[in-house]
Amino acid sequence: MTKFLLLSRAVAENLKNGDTVAFEGFTHLIPTAAAHEAIRQGFKDLTLVRMTPDLIYDQMIGIGMAKKAIFSYAGNPGVGLLRRLRDAVENGFPHALEIEEHSHAAMANAYEAGAAGLPCAIFRGYRGAELAKVNPNIKSVTCPFTGEVLAAVPAVRPDVTFIHAQKANKKGDVLVEGIIGIQKEAVLAAKRAVVTVEEVVDDFDDLHPNLTVLPNWTVTAISVVPGGAHPSYTHGYYNRDNASYLEWDEIAADRDRFREWMQKNVIERTADDFAGRVEHLRNAA
Amino acid sequence: MSELGFTPNEMMTIAASRALRNDDVCFVGIGAPSAACNVARLTHAPDITLIYESGTIGTAPDVLPLSIGDGELCDTAVTTVSVPEMFRYWLQGGRISIGFLGAAQLDKFGNINTTVIGDYAHPKTRLPGGGGAPEIATSSKEIYITMAQTKRGMVEKIDFYTSFGHGEGGDHRQRLGIDTKGPTLLITDLAIWKPDPVTKEFTVVSLHPGVTREKVQETCGWTVKFADRLEETPAPTELELKTLRDLKARTDAAHKGEAVSAKRGSKDG
Repeated sequence: MTKFLLLSRAVAENLKNGDTVAFEGFTHLIPTAAAHEAIRQGFKDLTLVRMTPDLIYDQMIGIGMAKKAIFSYAGNPGVGLLRRLRDAVENGFPHALEIEEHSHAAMANAYEAGAAGLPCAIFRGYRGAELAKVNPNIKSVTCPFTGEVLAAVPAVRPDVTFIHAQKANKKGDVLVEGIIGIQKEAVLAAKRAVVTVEEVVDDFDDLHPNLTVLPNWTVTAISVVPGGAHPSYTHGYYNRDNASYLEWDEIAADRDRFREWMQKNVIERTADDFAGRVEHLRNAA
Repeated sequence: MSELGFTPNEMMTIAASRALRNDDVCFVGIGAPSAACNVARLTHAPDITLIYESGTIGTAPDVLPLSIGDGELCDTAVTTVSVPEMFRYWLQGGRISIGFLGAAQLDKFGNINTTVIGDYAHPKTRLPGGGGAPEIATSSKEIYITMAQTKRGMVEKIDFYTSFGHGEGGDHRQRLGIDTKGPTLLITDLAIWKPDPVTKEFTVVSLHPGVTREKVQETCGWTVKFADRLEETPAPTELELKTLRDLKARTDAAHKGEAVSAKRGSKDG
């Protein structure tokens, strides 16, 4: 059964040094507030799993929390490159980063295999692709029925997954709607799951019966953090803050400027600051 | 703007849009492919199905998305599915007729690199990587590629095979057991290219208005082959140009508006 906790407590109770952790959300619903809380609590040696590392893993890698990153697209969506991740990969700054790189199809299949309790995912992929030569975790299996050679990758089984969602009801069931991405699979693949939500409502009686609902017994802890996906967006609540994505390109380009920004906007802040950051983005959402 | 009344980039987008048919199911890459696909939808192919890898199927955005996951793609979609479903049922399941990709680095056989410049383990430049492209390139029935020509972009040898085109040419795809067609069309800001039926090397079949063979060669890193019967790409029509420019103006206004209000409302990003 899930419990409602302050985000600081939910993170402290569920994340440990050395954990394999996924902060998921495919462009939409990125759990930034949870990632910032993890940064404030100073965890070390994390293996960060995410299809698109996005700003949050650029920040966590840049601050030196990550031992390894497992990903499939390390760009700043619509803007360009992730400069802290680049600095780690190209120059070993602030320290060397081990990477395990996949395609989206592989990562999506690997999360689904994790949720399905399988050891690996099998799919038709990586044909002619050079990643299969540089990533030892990309292997192949032969179909016992047709003889077709298919790609195989290990299932993703995070110690803990963090996601952001629209809302929970009082019992702790969770609604995710819009671009649902990989959230359900990432939660069900993990040993523990923490969900930040925009709000808590009495019940889900008025919802369409097929909307993505994670029953409360699949979620370890829920924290109410309005605006917690900023600068990504929450469908039905507020829009994507495209200006912040553009601005990040400049901030992350310089090591000192990055440190100053992180000190002022993450270290010295709390999860309560997120609501104010999305106020101007709410009208048209 | 040249004396022709349109820019090379406008010609590229419009030429690319013309290649799409009303009954296509198109997996859309962000950037130049996205603009071309939406111009097609707004002109000759109103019923085209546009799919973005965030799971949005049959989208009809009023402005071009900045990312593959913009909310408007979901708002205007026929349906939105999860990312595993997108890649398993719809792409791997063989439902996509055209995969439309851009490229950081391209070779003459349509192989694409978006992963690294230099060595993989010690890259000179770490690029974003493949995302959905490695499987789009092999599971879509055919692939269109669009990019502006530069010597840095169009190279004799790419540094990393992110997405497989025709490999070393000829029957290389079949030898790897890939039964889809691969790259069948390359549209640049200067020309339209198609693979040679046997060698699979991209060959210029049509020059855009005002473009010379020399100009195409100057901006390409391999020795360019030209078709025996070289055509001239028809110039953009008024409707095509107006559609593209209106779309860009709406897009700029929408994204600029957000940027301005964001600067005003937030100090901390």
